[in-house]
Amino acid sequence: MPEESKRLKHKNLLGMGDLDREDIILVLDSAVSMKEISYRPIKKVPTLQGKTIVNLFFEPSTRTKTSFEIAGKRLGADTINFTGKSSSVVKGETTLDTARNIEAMLPDMLVIRHECSGAPQMLAQYLKCPIINAGDGAHEHPTQALLDMYTIRERKNRIEGLNVAIVGDITHSRVARSNVFGMTRMGAHVTVAGPPTLLPPGIEKLGCKVTDKLEEAIDGADVVMMLRVQLERFETKLFPSLREYSERWGLNVRNVELARPDAIVMHPGPINRGVEISPEVADGPRSVILDQVQNGVAVRMALLYLMTGRS
Amino acid sequence: MAEEAKRLTRVKGGRIIDPSINLDERLDVLIDGDHFKSLLQPGEEFPGVETVIDAGGMIVVPGIVDIHVHLREPGQEYKEDILSGTRAAASAGVTSVCCMANTDPVNDNSSVTEFIVRQAKKACFARVFPIGAVTKGLEGEVLAEIGELTDAGCVGFSDDGRPIMNAEVMRRALEYLKRFNGVLISHAEDKNLAGKGVMNEGDVSTELGLPAVPRAAEEVMIARDICLSEMLNARVHFAHVSTAGGVALIRQAKARGLPVTAETAPHYFKLTDEAVRGYDPRTRVNPPLRTEKDVSAIRAGLADGTIDCIASDHAPHASHEKDIEYQLALSGISGVETILGLTLSLVGDGTLSLMDGIAKLTTGPARVLNLEVGTMGRGKPADLTIINPDIEWTVDSTKFLSKGKNTPFNGMRLKGKAHATIIGGKLIKITQGRALAL
Repeated sequence: MPEESKRLKHKNLLGMGDLDREDIILVLDSAVSMKEISYRPIKKVPTLQGKTIVNLFFEPSTRTKTSFEIAGKRLGADTINFTGKSSSVVKGETTLDTARNIEAMLPDMLVIRHECSGAPQMLAQYLKCPIINAGDGAHEHPTQALLDMYTIRERKNRIEGLNVAIVGDITHSRVARSNVFGMTRMGAHVTVAGPPTLLPPGIEKLGCKVTDKLEEAIDGADVVMMLRVQLERFETKLFPSLREYSERWGLNVRNVELARPDAIVMHPGPINRGVEISPEVADGPRSVILDQVQNGVAVRMALLYLMTGRS
Repeated sequence: MAEEAKRLTRVKGGRIIDPSINLDERLDVLIDGDHFKSLLQPGEEFPGVETVIDAGGMIVVPGIVDIHVHLREPGQEYKEDILSGTRAAASAGVTSVCCMANTDPVNDNSSVTEFIVRQAKKACFARVFPIGAVTKGLEGEVLAEIGELTDAGCVGFSDDGRPIMNAEVMRRALEYLKRFNGVLISHAEDKNLAGKGVMNEGDVSTELGLPAVPRAAEEVMIARDICLSEMLNARVHFAHVSTAGGVALIRQAKARGLPVTAETAPHYFKLTDEAVRGYDPRTRVNPPLRTEKDVSAIRAGLADGTIDCIASDHAPHASHEKDIEYQLALSGISGVETILGLTLSLVGDGTLSLMDGIAKLTTGPARVLNLEVGTMGRGKPADLTIINPDIEWTVDSTKFLSKGKNTPFNGMRLKGKAHATIIGGKLIKITQGRALAL
């Protein structure tokens, strides 16, 4: 367990902006000891016994919800899943009303996933309960960035100075944004790449390099992170076909050789085999995709502990 | 209700600014019944004056005309109604409003226009000039009965809020309107380019991960409508211009002598998309808040006359439509109560002279829609706004008389506030933000 004296500086984790370098290191260090718990025969500690954690998911999710649920349970907390539906003004309960109802049952933590960018920020203005953003629209997914950084650090023993390529639909990716914020703060050199139609204007102002050529991004990279192509995007004129996308921006056994020999390949999942990543690479020796998933539990345990453990 | 106007009223001791005749002098205004009679030298005797209104220390201007207002009645009275909207207008020194057609039912037939006119007469806090729909149901397909709407009292035509995407429909509307000397008010937005965007496309939208609207969504439609105006020599007025490119296109069109005019709204010269950080839905407006470069261009366009007038685009909404997720919140700012103070801030910071600032709120908008107000000319309707130029105040939407409290300007310090208005010779006093008809 991490030292008692250390804690995060903010009540909520709404985005990577809530964590400075010191906080990130604290989370990653705490996650190391948390990971060990998952290898025990009895994978449960009583640290958060008596705490109630509600996963308030307004957007469908399997992996992140399961990961948070397992994380809470391994620490002994009561985790409850609530699947809401975000709705427009005319139909149904508002997100805020739903959240207020849940808060009235006195949970110790709300984990919120929402399809609208900024929804956790909005709720944080009205609620007293601490909030972890589990992904909001195309804005941020800070726990994903933390588990990605954990995985990189586990493999590379550092983040600072590494060349990281993030490839795919940058415009609509909350994973890309959180990773750019987090990794640049930790001193990595991040390059984002994708079709010009999926690169948002001014992305370089977040501190990364930008290219529309996959090869340019992965040349000499220590870390190659492929993003899921949302299949509905090509129907909205953003690229001509999955075939052409895969040819130009898909990672395969040939172009992966442009990266450093010891480069790792990451993907936040769920993967579209044969679209943004070929099966050979996804399942190949460089792939740390399943490590990411496993580390997700540890990182979320660390956050739940640091954010609710000592109140 | 206002009492019967006295026959002769003298507004005494004020600084009179009438941009329609480029007048800025200490004079008294003489009102005969419901119309202007003449201007008098201070101390000049005039027999038979029954009422004297003291305007000492005040600036007296033609009644302020806000040509872009959503009064929401009929159909959405929970957001605003004609009484609450005109009372809010009066309390802020606005004596005339033009109300947009996107009510429910839409103001696309004379019975709706007549209803609005009737409700406005009952309210009697401000003149209400209805804007008729260009197309039936604002669908952008079939022309509304523009002749009948004109007869019923519509002073302009707009599908505001809903761009007319079909260029041929726009062409036919402009052509048809010529028979009625009608002005088409264009909500210039390419719906396809705008997509599901909720803020300006740029660095800030990239950081916030919000779907965004490029400036070109406005600019391509302004360019299209300028082409149609040129082809047909038809009057087009551009609503709520927000982009540097839009200003440049309109400037070029005016230089070529085309009959185009333009308005902007205070939020386009006071705020940028930086205000969207924090996801405050009160900053959501269509077109969206742009960038510093656009704000500078809008200000330059106001200063050089490219932009003829300032209108509030008063768009009141209920709190449950605004205090929600940014992407789900409705667009619009409740603006009629801040238009004067925000415009005067342009005078305060040297963007506009006081004469020009007043012109953008009075003579400018009145000329755009050929309204007979906006001047103190003899025989014209006796509408005045009496402004206390020295009062400093803080925007506080909880004190708004509008039902819509949705403003991004809360907490902003402004200087200059309406002291009273006169509509058709009748005094409407404003005390502590309340408009009282005397």
